[in-house]
Amino acid sequence: MTIKLRGAAAGLAFLGSIGAAQAQISDGVVKVGVLTDLSGIYSQIAGEGSVAAARLAIDDCLKAECTGMKIELLSADHQNKADIASSKAREWLDVQKVDALVDNVNASVQLAIHTLVKEVNSVALTPGGTSRLTNENCAPENAVQWMWDTYSQVAGVAEALTTPGSTWYFLTADYAFGHQLEKDATAIIQAKGGKIQGALRHPFNNADFSSFLLQAQASGANVIALANAGADSTNSIKQAKEFGFGDKQKMVAFLLMLPDIHALGLDVAKNTILTEGFYWDVDDGTRAFSKRFEAIYKKGKPSQIHAGVYSSVRHYLKAVAFGKTDNPKAVIRKMHELPISDDVVRNPRLRPDGRMVHDTYLLRVKTPAESKGPYDYYQVLEVIPGDKAFKPLKDSLCADLKK
Amino acid sequence: MTSVYPPSIKPSPQRLLILCLLALFIAAPFAVYPVFLMKGLCFALFAAAFNLLLGYVGLLSFGHAMFFGFSAYITTHAAKEWGWTPETAILLGVLTAGVMGVVTGWLAIRRSGIYFAMVTLAFSQMMFFVALQAPFTHGEDGIQGVPRGHLFGLFDLGDNVVMYYFVLAVFTGSLMLIHRIVTSPFGQVLKAIRDNEPRAISLGYEVERYKLLAFTLSAALSGLAGSLKALVFQLVSLTDVHWHMSGEVVLMPLLGGVGTVFGPAMGAFMIVAIQDYFSEAGSWVTIIQGVIFVVCVLLFRNGVLGVLAPALKKRGIMV
Repeated sequence: MTIKLRGAAAGLAFLGSIGAAQAQISDGVVKVGVLTDLSGIYSQIAGEGSVAAARLAIDDCLKAECTGMKIELLSADHQNKADIASSKAREWLDVQKVDALVDNVNASVQLAIHTLVKEVNSVALTPGGTSRLTNENCAPENAVQWMWDTYSQVAGVAEALTTPGSTWYFLTADYAFGHQLEKDATAIIQAKGGKIQGALRHPFNNADFSSFLLQAQASGANVIALANAGADSTNSIKQAKEFGFGDKQKMVAFLLMLPDIHALGLDVAKNTILTEGFYWDVDDGTRAFSKRFEAIYKKGKPSQIHAGVYSSVRHYLKAVAFGKTDNPKAVIRKMHELPISDDVVRNPRLRPDGRMVHDTYLLRVKTPAESKGPYDYYQVLEVIPGDKAFKPLKDSLCADLKK
Repeated sequence: MTSVYPPSIKPSPQRLLILCLLALFIAAPFAVYPVFLMKGLCFALFAAAFNLLLGYVGLLSFGHAMFFGFSAYITTHAAKEWGWTPETAILLGVLTAGVMGVVTGWLAIRRSGIYFAMVTLAFSQMMFFVALQAPFTHGEDGIQGVPRGHLFGLFDLGDNVVMYYFVLAVFTGSLMLIHRIVTSPFGQVLKAIRDNEPRAISLGYEVERYKLLAFTLSAALSGLAGSLKALVFQLVSLTDVHWHMSGEVVLMPLLGGVGTVFGPAMGAFMIVAIQDYFSEAGSWVTIIQGVIFVVCVLLFRNGVLGVLAPALKKRGIMV
């Protein structure tokens, strides 16, 4: 009897040692929660596509490093309300034991989530958004920002298009976000010897841009820059077309993405210049990824947010698998150690402030004649190396780095 | 056989119900997620404050988000930037909402019906513009990472359960205040104004003064709800001053029952539950919300509690 018990004990001990690798993962399952806008204005650039991208990243990892791991995917619609996002996120972290909050599209949501994960010690993987996330509101031990930020969207275009003597005119959405875009762009343009001809502030969610556009046109500036987002950008581009912009004056948009171009149509958007951190038709890797993504999403090619969700979740899971733990800070440290490699990003490097730096692209929207088919929308004008595309680390306002 | 209880402490069905509800809420954080409950309580208070105006004076304001949101901005700013304790920060927020209530109410109550709604909406849009532009509100980023602080320097509100009981206490107190207001002679006059304003005037009541006081009280209590919610979530964003918020607070009493004390709170919990628990339903959430509204409006003309009210009243329960 005693012998039998001893045998059983030894057997248990043996089983225990096998389980040790898994034991570090709390409750034995890694839970990834996609918190996004499934029903509102960002549902095209993020939304269901972000859920699909996370799904793809999990499937890919299960076939590779994560073999044998249990990974669960949750998703919720924050309806662009920071309080819904915050209460859902808290509930996920406290009750459901979610390990990483992903996407978090919309600035106020991002800031709320990054503050939260820092406070309760969890992980946020944010594919893009306000550059405050790696500056004033940084959480380098708990969060990463992957594909783009408001600075990189501006820097790509401003760096590439400014030549000494070139003149710029801004159409700026009149609130903090628009002012920030304009300020970042102005600094870069002036440093490169360009000149700011003028700037106009238009109200947030404006419908009629005609007077603003006419003033911009009359200014004679070489470049007309749209320091706005969403419906403000698409409306100004639509109305600019009515006034016949685009021959002498270049139209530049700081925050326009592939699904926006798809919605606008090439005839309206043609020749607009913009920056994105991802475009599906860059090389074989991006094409292969986009094809697999489309098979799940079924509503079109990935936006840079979708690509960012995929790439960040993929790297996060890899770090969990290699580090054999889902302890938030340990995983983030592992993410910094491991080289990033996937089909989505080029020359990637994760900086200490949580900013992932990689090549971005300067793009021109094709004319209907140049386009060969659906989603053949961009001509890559230039590849912008990561160091130029993102705000240099030395200028970072992240207080946690200086400790 | 007479009752064993002396008449004064005989547990009327009304008291029993309230005690049961209170017991339920005291036990609730151990079964339901406290942050969700707090959110429900804050919106319940907001809806009850709004109902003070809609249900008892018959004034439909479409700008209550300005009191709710702006008070939240003031409270969070005081708590975060000036390091005020939660109770003083909330007090400042409530005071701000009250002053805003006096100023906007003074102009708005001169009109009634749709014009009143439009005047309040106009003020609310102005305050939205201020919230979007003023440097201290940080535009669309909102004010984030607000410390909850220590209540009276004693209770650490950082703990969700402690915070919950604080919110519950404020909510209960405010609901008692609202109940006291509507059952007082002042409340009777308000109802008289609602039912027949010319008659109230002919009886010699200074109707405008009553309306203004009701408006101010409603504004201040809405501000209290906003301040509390901001501390619960430790953030305030443009959502809180947006006109959508003014719309939501109209829906809450309508769902639960206009002109009842508990109806608006119930409606608030229904909406918050829909928002939170259906958020995982993805892009269907807005459609589900819509269907529920339509069903409620068709089946419960006077709101869920409004329909039940007559039957409950027969049993001695006032809702």
